[in-house]
Amino acid sequence: MLFLNHIYLLPLFPAFGAAIMLFFGRRLQKTTVSAVCVGVIVLAFVFACFTVVDYTHFAHGTGRPFEKIVYTWLGSGDGHLNFTKRDGTLAALNADAGFLLDPLSSIWLLFVTGVGMLIHIYSTGYMAHEGGYYRFFGYMNLFMFSMLTLILANNYILLFVGWEGVGLCSYLLIGFYFHRHSASTAANKAFIVNRIGDAGFILGALTLVWYLGSFRFVEINALARSGQFAIGDHVLTAAALLLFLGACGKSAQVPLYVWLPDAMEGPTPVSALIHAATMVTAGVYMVARSNAVFMLAPTAMKTVAIVGALTAVFAASIGLVQNDIKRVLAYSTVSQLGYMFLALGVGAFAAGVFHVFTHAFFKALLFLGSGSVIHAMSGEQDMRHMGDLRRRIPTTHWTMLIATLAIAGIFPFAGFFSKDEILWQTWTSEGGAYRILWFVGYGTALMTTFYMFRLMYLTFYSPSRMTHEVEHHVHESPKSMTVPLVILAICSIGAGWLSWPHSLGGSARFEKFLEPVFARQAVVLVEEGKSAQLAAGEKEAEHTDKTEYFLMFLSLAAAAVGYGMARSSYNKAAKDYTEPIAVKAPPLYTVLYNKWFVDEGYDYVFTGRRKVGDIRLGALGAGEAASWFDAKVIDGVVNDAGWVTRTVATISTWWDKWIIDGLGVNGPAILARMISYPARLFEWGLVQWYALVMIAGLLGFGMYYVWK
Amino acid sequence: MVPITTFHYLVVAAALFVLGVIGMLTRRNVVIMLMSIELILNAVNLNLVAFSRMWGRLDGQVFAIFIVVDAAAEAAVGLGILIAFFRNKETTNVDEIDLLKW
Repeated sequence: MLFLNHIYLLPLFPAFGAAIMLFFGRRLQKTTVSAVCVGVIVLAFVFACFTVVDYTHFAHGTGRPFEKIVYTWLGSGDGHLNFTKRDGTLAALNADAGFLLDPLSSIWLLFVTGVGMLIHIYSTGYMAHEGGYYRFFGYMNLFMFSMLTLILANNYILLFVGWEGVGLCSYLLIGFYFHRHSASTAANKAFIVNRIGDAGFILGALTLVWYLGSFRFVEINALARSGQFAIGDHVLTAAALLLFLGACGKSAQVPLYVWLPDAMEGPTPVSALIHAATMVTAGVYMVARSNAVFMLAPTAMKTVAIVGALTAVFAASIGLVQNDIKRVLAYSTVSQLGYMFLALGVGAFAAGVFHVFTHAFFKALLFLGSGSVIHAMSGEQDMRHMGDLRRRIPTTHWTMLIATLAIAGIFPFAGFFSKDEILWQTWTSEGGAYRILWFVGYGTALMTTFYMFRLMYLTFYSPSRMTHEVEHHVHESPKSMTVPLVILAICSIGAGWLSWPHSLGGSARFEKFLEPVFARQAVVLVEEGKSAQLAAGEKEAEHTDKTEYFLMFLSLAAAAVGYGMARSSYNKAAKDYTEPIAVKAPPLYTVLYNKWFVDEGYDYVFTGRRKVGDIRLGALGAGEAASWFDAKVIDGVVNDAGWVTRTVATISTWWDKWIIDGLGVNGPAILARMISYPARLFEWGLVQWYALVMIAGLLGFGMYYVWK
Repeated sequence: MVPITTFHYLVVAAALFVLGVIGMLTRRNVVIMLMSIELILNAVNLNLVAFSRMWGRLDGQVFAIFIVVDAAAEAAVGLGILIAFFRNKETTNVDEIDLLKW
């Protein structure tokens, strides 16, 4: 119990490494940096192993979760953060710094620390000649800290802390070569697209707390499985869909996958760790953790399955024609993640988790191997300029071949077991309701084999298309890089054997281990008279169905066909080889090569960086529209108000000047002057004239009275 | 022979009045103008006395005495103005007084 009680130390080991890099990294030697940063991860892995052993003793096979709450970080017992739930009762808002260990998180813990450790060791070799060595390892350790927080969290809020942390580290590491514009742009893209998903995640978590009253997984699972809620409950469906949106962002599903291929701008170990083995699996982890909620929302599950299948085939189609070795692997990752969500969506949670587990090994191996190839090729990443590397870099070649066989699903490599399990569950789930998705998955498997072997042929077996410069410098990578490759290859072979299916005589130990996490008790329906669902474990019935063998055979056949097609097209690919798709269907090739123009579509519709005719859509378009509105309409009103004021003032002035002053004031004066001008002509100054006027007046006066 | 009635007196007074007026209006010499004004006053006097005789009351005659006094004062003042005028202009031509014109 010693290790379990100190489980909070697990994330703190890499945090310590990151802190050392933050404060002292600049002054340290490369060897010191390696020793500290790789050392803490090795420590974390060892600690994790002991912790999981402790846990198995603790759980005794019951799978009960071990929860340790270190302190309550948000809210507290005194209820000052109480809120009203949907049904009107009062609940306390609590989020703790708490750690939860159960079969699901112990699996994640082991492979995250294990693969992380191998990648850190590899990075000491790969990044040996790069600048910013301490910065790289600081960010990698920070990433491991966030990922471990995410995995070990006991509630949605702490999980979200880890979630955001891995997003941040992804940004920092993709943009590691920040002086390259493409790298910094890709980092922005990753973070921003991730953020869209995060909005969904937060809304989902808040919906759950508003409906169920708690953030903690244990409490939510208990409530969800208690039978209080009907299957198809609307609020839970909404919450599940919102959480899935978060998973789409983090785990690169359609439509939020666009950041993952661009993320290849980062150094190869980053691609291996973050974008293959660990960060992108966080979405799968979160959905698996929320399986109790998802099981109550069949609509959400269907959505997850459909999106997963769609992503799988969509990404595989793009991967068929890419020329950059890392891009092929990136699209492969997106496609395999689609498989995982397909599994979760049809209800085969354990199969999905198993695929995450095996995929971590062989995908990390593929990425590290490609990194080794790039290292050997002095930085060349374009497969059109590779070829004939089989004899020159043998270790890399053999390990990558093993990984390719694993991903293609060839027996007895790891991928066979996990992929086959997913396909089998898809075929049989819900009495065959998802059969159409099986076909999608099958087609994807065919494409996967094709593009992976295309990669192998173009890189290793075809005639050399290298430039002389590069050809001279081709050399095998140092031990620090090849040893992790070998270890991962061994895991890629053996990891699948942990869940040898019943149909082939095994005991499916992996799935048994996970059973308690995904067990569904009978959920009593409140309305709509649907029959109660039974426990999940029974899906994998103890007796084997003959169809399963047939489907296994079909998968192997698909792998063989894919291999054959790749070999015939690329085995002899010389200097100016042509793509078979480009020859047979050029428009299809253009569409696939341009990634179905999705990025361009987003540019038009959402960002608005390009105009549609004269109009700009998206965010920038909204800005332009707002600016137009402000300039034309609002300022127009203001300007018009000003014009009205000026016109009124003009009229007023005219009235004042001409009517009031003119007529009113000056008028009488002018009138007086007009009369006075003639009048003064009578003033001659002669006395006798005045006397005459006087006499005349007198006479007139007199006449008036005489004549009266 | 026609008896001399009040009417005859009035006619004479009116004739004197008119002569005085014409004289005042047309003579150039200031002294003659003043004499004409006296003539007007005396014509009025004659008018008043004639009417006094007609009514048989003494009011007219009393008023005539007033007018004589008034004429005397006015003549004094008028001569004073004439002398001031002559000192300034060295002439008795009334047409020369035209400073207060427009």
